[in-house]
Amino acid sequence: MSGFRYTKDHEWVFLEDGIATLGITAYAQGQLGDIVFVELPEIGKTVSRGEAAAVVESVKAASEVYAPVTGEVVEVNAALQADPAIVNADPTGKGWFLKLRPQDLAELNSLMDEPSYQAYVKELA
Amino acid sequence: MTAGSPLRTPLHAFHLRHGGKMVAFAGYELPVQYAGGILAEHRHTRNAASLFDASHLGQVFVHGENQAEALERLVPGDLLALPEGRMRYTLFTNAGAGILDDLMVINTGNPWSLVINAGPKAADLRHLRAHLGEDKVEYLEDRALLALQGPAASAVLSRFARGCEGMPYLSARTFSIAGTEAFVTRSGYTGEDGYEIAVPGAAADALAEKLLEQPEVAPAGLGARDSLRLEAGLCLYGHDLDATTTVVEAGLAWTVSKRRRAEGGYPGAETVRRELAEGPRRKRVGLRPAGRSPVREGAAIVSGAGEKIGQVTSGGFGPTVEGPVAMGYVEASFATPGTAVGLELRGRTVEAAVTRLPFVPTRYHKGE
Repeated sequence: MSGFRYTKDHEWVFLEDGIATLGITAYAQGQLGDIVFVELPEIGKTVSRGEAAAVVESVKAASEVYAPVTGEVVEVNAALQADPAIVNADPTGKGWFLKLRPQDLAELNSLMDEPSYQAYVKELA
Repeated sequence: MTAGSPLRTPLHAFHLRHGGKMVAFAGYELPVQYAGGILAEHRHTRNAASLFDASHLGQVFVHGENQAEALERLVPGDLLALPEGRMRYTLFTNAGAGILDDLMVINTGNPWSLVINAGPKAADLRHLRAHLGEDKVEYLEDRALLALQGPAASAVLSRFARGCEGMPYLSARTFSIAGTEAFVTRSGYTGEDGYEIAVPGAAADALAEKLLEQPEVAPAGLGARDSLRLEAGLCLYGHDLDATTTVVEAGLAWTVSKRRRAEGGYPGAETVRRELAEGPRRKRVGLRPAGRSPVREGAAIVSGAGEKIGQVTSGGFGPTVEGPVAMGYVEASFATPGTAVGLELRGRTVEAAVTRLPFVPTRYHKGE
């Protein structure tokens, strides 16, 4: 999973062919518990780094998912509308939220890599 | 009760041993869920039986000879008509019929027993002592309260307390369970058939383990408790009820018997009488938001014209309903089931219908 980058708010982002896919981490879904709804943005919307790009609702609470980079939304994961529990089952795979076309790839450099994120999560435990 | 470190119930070690995810609640550290998650715990309660820790609730003895008369001066419930071995849901009210707490009153002879909420516990005890006398009110320290809830609860508990299966809804009996005296009531605060089992704190862990060994039983936490009671249309004190909501607004006039409506004699009786005659200004209603997104406590309820007409007091995802459900207060003219309203959610308005409560039919044991 070396291509993954992470935020302190437990979003992950994966860059491929100039498109950034993002979701929430296994740690995040574990903290949230059963996810019952995911609100995704409109395709074509530009979201700014640090701005809420999506909202994830667990049984207990609503949590915002922040864009790790600025970019235009090019695709959202429609499968989550029918079955939001995919995020619990496969957060870094089938449970992705949306794809962005980043405006500035350099923004990705400030995010944590896999070892740094794992160390960060360990500290939280 | 809110300052300082959270209190622990006698089942604290039990929760940790079974993977309970602990959170702060009403001054206590309690499990919000176990490893299986809230949805699984909710469904298990509806299909089999779940074990909840309700030890944060206050267990109180009221000593003396004329407890029914004494308590009737504080609550609108008909306690004179409450036979020994039976219990009743009622309310501590203030002079404006606002609700200070909701509670269970059990006629256990002498003393009588009350079960009060964790949050208002200290205020309730002051209230009781001020009106009944310092020496009449005994708070039971170091007690545990286990709640076994769900359609299999009766079959499970009867293995330990033979005869509990015949207990009618809202009755109480003492059993000896594995050498421990256990005070058992049958009420069901999740909307399912169920029992509450009060035991000394020291006996709670072993009893919880025995119940959990039964194949039908799984542990459940506050998360499932909350979604179950919301689907059952039951109020949570501090959310759906507080000192600013009146008995009639809350839809709890059914707790006031004909005699007590006529006689009054409790704080706020005049307000209850007036609101019953003229109708309350606002009413508690069920709400079914369109779509899939839960609408939470605090969301504004608006009319078709966009005017604020109320507020959501409990809201979430109903696992049995398989969709969002909520309760809240609306101006009385919007309280008719079927009325279309809007709920404010993240800067937009979600359509919702006012609905009858409960969302899921309750299945209490009505026999005998």
